[in-house]
Amino acid sequence: MHILVLLKMVPDVVEDLEIASGGTALDLDCQRMILSESDDHALEQALLLKERHGAKLTVLAVDAAEVDDALFTAAAKGADRVMKIVGSDAGLTTRQAARVLSQTIAEEPGLMPVDLILTGVQAIDDLDGLIAPLVADELHMPYLGIITGIALDVSSDTARAIKEYPSGVRGEFQIQLPAVLGIQAAEKPPRYVPVAKIRAAMKTVKIECAQVLTLADGGWPAVNVLEMKQNEPAGHAEMLEGAPAQVSARLCEILAGRGLF
Amino acid sequence: MSACPVTLETLPRYPEGTEILTCLQCGVCAGTCPYGEVMDYPPRRMIAMMRAGMLEKVFTSDSLLACVACYACMAKCPRGIRLTEILLPLMKEQTLAHLPELPGELQKALQNTLRYGNPMGEPSRKRAAWVKSAGVPIRIFAEDRKPADVLWFVECYTSYYPRGQDNSRATARLFHALEIDFAILGNEEKCAGECGRLTWEPGLFETLMDYNMAVFQKYQFNRVVTSCPHAHNAFKNRYPVLGFNWGLEHVTPFLAKYLARLKPLLTRKLPYTVTYHDSCCLGRQNEFYQAPRQLLAAIPGVKSIEMVHNRVNAICCGGGGGGMWLDTYFKAKGYERLSERRVREAVATGADVLAVSCPYEVSRFEDALKVLGYDKRMMVRDVTELLAEAMEE
Amino acid sequence: MTGNVCVFAEQWRGQISEATYETLALGREVADKLGAPLTAILTGCNSRNLVRSLGVADSVVYVDHPLLAEILPQTCAAALVQLFLNTRPLALLVPLTNISLGIGTLVGARLGVPVINFCKDIQVAGGRLEARCVMYGGKIEATVGATGDPAVLGIWPGARPAEKGHIERAVPVTDAAVVLEDAEAIRLSKYIEPEAGDVDLTKQDVLVAVGRGIQDRGNLGLAEELAKALGGAVCGSRPVIDQGWLPLSRQIGKSGLTVRPKLYVALGISGAPEHVEGMKGADLIVAVNSDPHAPIFNVAHYGIVGDVLDTLPVLTSMVEARRAHVT
Repeated sequence: MHILVLLKMVPDVVEDLEIASGGTALDLDCQRMILSESDDHALEQALLLKERHGAKLTVLAVDAAEVDDALFTAAAKGADRVMKIVGSDAGLTTRQAARVLSQTIAEEPGLMPVDLILTGVQAIDDLDGLIAPLVADELHMPYLGIITGIALDVSSDTARAIKEYPSGVRGEFQIQLPAVLGIQAAEKPPRYVPVAKIRAAMKTVKIECAQVLTLADGGWPAVNVLEMKQNEPAGHAEMLEGAPAQVSARLCEILAGRGLF
Repeated sequence: MSACPVTLETLPRYPEGTEILTCLQCGVCAGTCPYGEVMDYPPRRMIAMMRAGMLEKVFTSDSLLACVACYACMAKCPRGIRLTEILLPLMKEQTLAHLPELPGELQKALQNTLRYGNPMGEPSRKRAAWVKSAGVPIRIFAEDRKPADVLWFVECYTSYYPRGQDNSRATARLFHALEIDFAILGNEEKCAGECGRLTWEPGLFETLMDYNMAVFQKYQFNRVVTSCPHAHNAFKNRYPVLGFNWGLEHVTPFLAKYLARLKPLLTRKLPYTVTYHDSCCLGRQNEFYQAPRQLLAAIPGVKSIEMVHNRVNAICCGGGGGGMWLDTYFKAKGYERLSERRVREAVATGADVLAVSCPYEVSRFEDALKVLGYDKRMMVRDVTELLAEAMEE
Repeated sequence: MTGNVCVFAEQWRGQISEATYETLALGREVADKLGAPLTAILTGCNSRNLVRSLGVADSVVYVDHPLLAEILPQTCAAALVQLFLNTRPLALLVPLTNISLGIGTLVGARLGVPVINFCKDIQVAGGRLEARCVMYGGKIEATVGATGDPAVLGIWPGARPAEKGHIERAVPVTDAAVVLEDAEAIRLSKYIEPEAGDVDLTKQDVLVAVGRGIQDRGNLGLAEELAKALGGAVCGSRPVIDQGWLPLSRQIGKSGLTVRPKLYVALGISGAPEHVEGMKGADLIVAVNSDPHAPIFNVAHYGIVGDVLDTLPVLTSMVEARRAHVT
């Protein structure tokens, strides 16, 4: 059984985001990047499946700032192979990245066959589409998203996947493998890996590099961003200032005024 | 490169390793340990298991989560075995590798420290934000590369945490009044890593050590003065292996050296009865018992009173060894919080002020005072805060 | 449908979703500004009775097929692509929800047209559509010019009030036939209902919600005390449920419940759209968060910047005192 996880780095919103001088994109020069949260869950889910079924786990990403950290961490956590696609322009949109990833998955020697492709359900910068359904379409595989649990039946090449619906309802699906699943949350929170293990991985693990195949642009116009700015919301809360005792007193007055006592 | 070549495998080859095996099994360590009664494997039993070739049992128990790295066992060991410095960190590292799941808050703190250089997960770009409100000029090396006499290593809680920032502002005022030539690293500063080293994560510590040494080497200064006893420990005991050879002081003993110049500036009377808590790192580990007491004695109006357990016998606040992020874990296990135990002793002295010199202690003791309902009777102040308060504008 | 503004209407378990009405309201505005007709597209199996709820549109296209009984993104996209083979609309608006996620992406990919996600608003400028997209967890707004034929737009829940998009009215319905192949690759086996919690959160007047800012499971007790003091119940955002600190039945947001209590206290909740979706209708929203820029403050009526763990005990004891005084 071969599981493939697709990872992507996104701007770390813990830091303040800056707009680049053109006013249509983020200034990524000093911007810290972090592994997309649901991709981290996809990796964790893959590791759990690997532990349960002895599957082989490959992690693949498009080369980007700080992606090496994510790949070495994946290796330290237990991925068997870590690979990045090099040679593409910086700043691929999600749609372009999906094309690049799919081509490599299909044509890079030694990647196929793949039984299950896991990636995060959605990233905070997926402005022009979602990776999972795009890759599924390119590879002619079934796709389902918002997955929070997977059980594999290796003998029948199927997966039982739990998908989330509104109101706490979940759906259980039978899926024929190979398939692409967009992970919302792994069955357990992403595990901790000691830094010593990551540092050891940096010394002993090689990140394989696959050369990007010609980026066919699909003929559609790129995302036409006219302006990008800090989000000024329409409304804002009235802020209560002061020490806990002061704000609590004020809040109690407000609640009393609303008849909530 | 490994800054700590001593591992459990290589331990026997080192003097520290053979010294561990001279253990008498007297049990003073377990008796002195603040959590000795709840640990399955206090140091004595750990060493016994080591001799019996049964260390695996120690690593697969969560006993080591209760070690708050307070140095009490090491201070009392009749053989002088360096338990807290050598044995316990190695044991913790192995326990981390064997624990099925690390308590969430601790995991987050470690991940944040690696990623953002502080356990709170605050952006590194905001580390020096407090400087604007300091009220006195504070030079940042990256902006002004002139050499300085002192590199003031501020540390995490004193940079990001509001009560810690009070401490930093007080320290800055004192440095300014004493005309100290100092500069800080500002946003370039990252945790010294002591919390990592004694908290399961030597890899994290090495990463931070590599980083900090590289930053130090960019600038020229004679000595490092730090607000955090944990950072002081790291610089003193571990960083020399990577070439740290600058003078080193913690703010409290540093200020004590300037007492002659400082005393005339302390003109405001503070009518407080103060009891001083000896922090584990400054106190037991470095024996800096006199300096803070001298400083307090120099403040007009201050009366001092000692707690029952003071100096080498001080009771840890519970923040070391990862304890800072394990309070909920301890509560769930039904352990008494050490900060509460200590605060009860403080309140029993009848003092108004509990004076401290470690940034962890302010938040921990203030919390404990609130929980026990003593927050109207007693307040917590860092020694530097008291000194600054006694210094009129 | 050429030149129309189309809205994909999502039906689930026999009902049209709130997000559909919100998207229809937006679609109605856009269509009116463009002077174009608004068409709702409903897919399903034996769901034709639902078309009456789509009365805010000028017309409805209904696609009936056994394979469309449940919404599966690849199947729905295949149906929509067939509809657009000969008649390309001006724009297709698809709600971004657990039900429809992926449909917009696939339609855009298969038609070879751009897709714009994360839309909270669409303006019309010089006859062209401009999407206002909220990205990066709510911190950044991007204005994107919609080109493409059709322009495919993914619409965040809450873009417009649902009431504005919900009119029960008979409008012309076209039944469209599609040919769909069943590769039998994906089958819904069953729905798993959430455990009947002891509390029906949708009926509570007061909810105290906890997020990541509560930091640890052990601090839940503090929130429970506040809830008790206020006469309400505790609930949580997704991260708290993911960690197992609260059961699924207590989750508020996209994958959880939508609630409209009199008072919603959000403690240590950042305010990501997925959570806000579930509580924005509350009468009074009070948020406590240590980050002054947390998006929750954009949706709250009152905000406190501070440490949840510091503020909670003080607030609880004051509420208790107040309550005791009143009764």
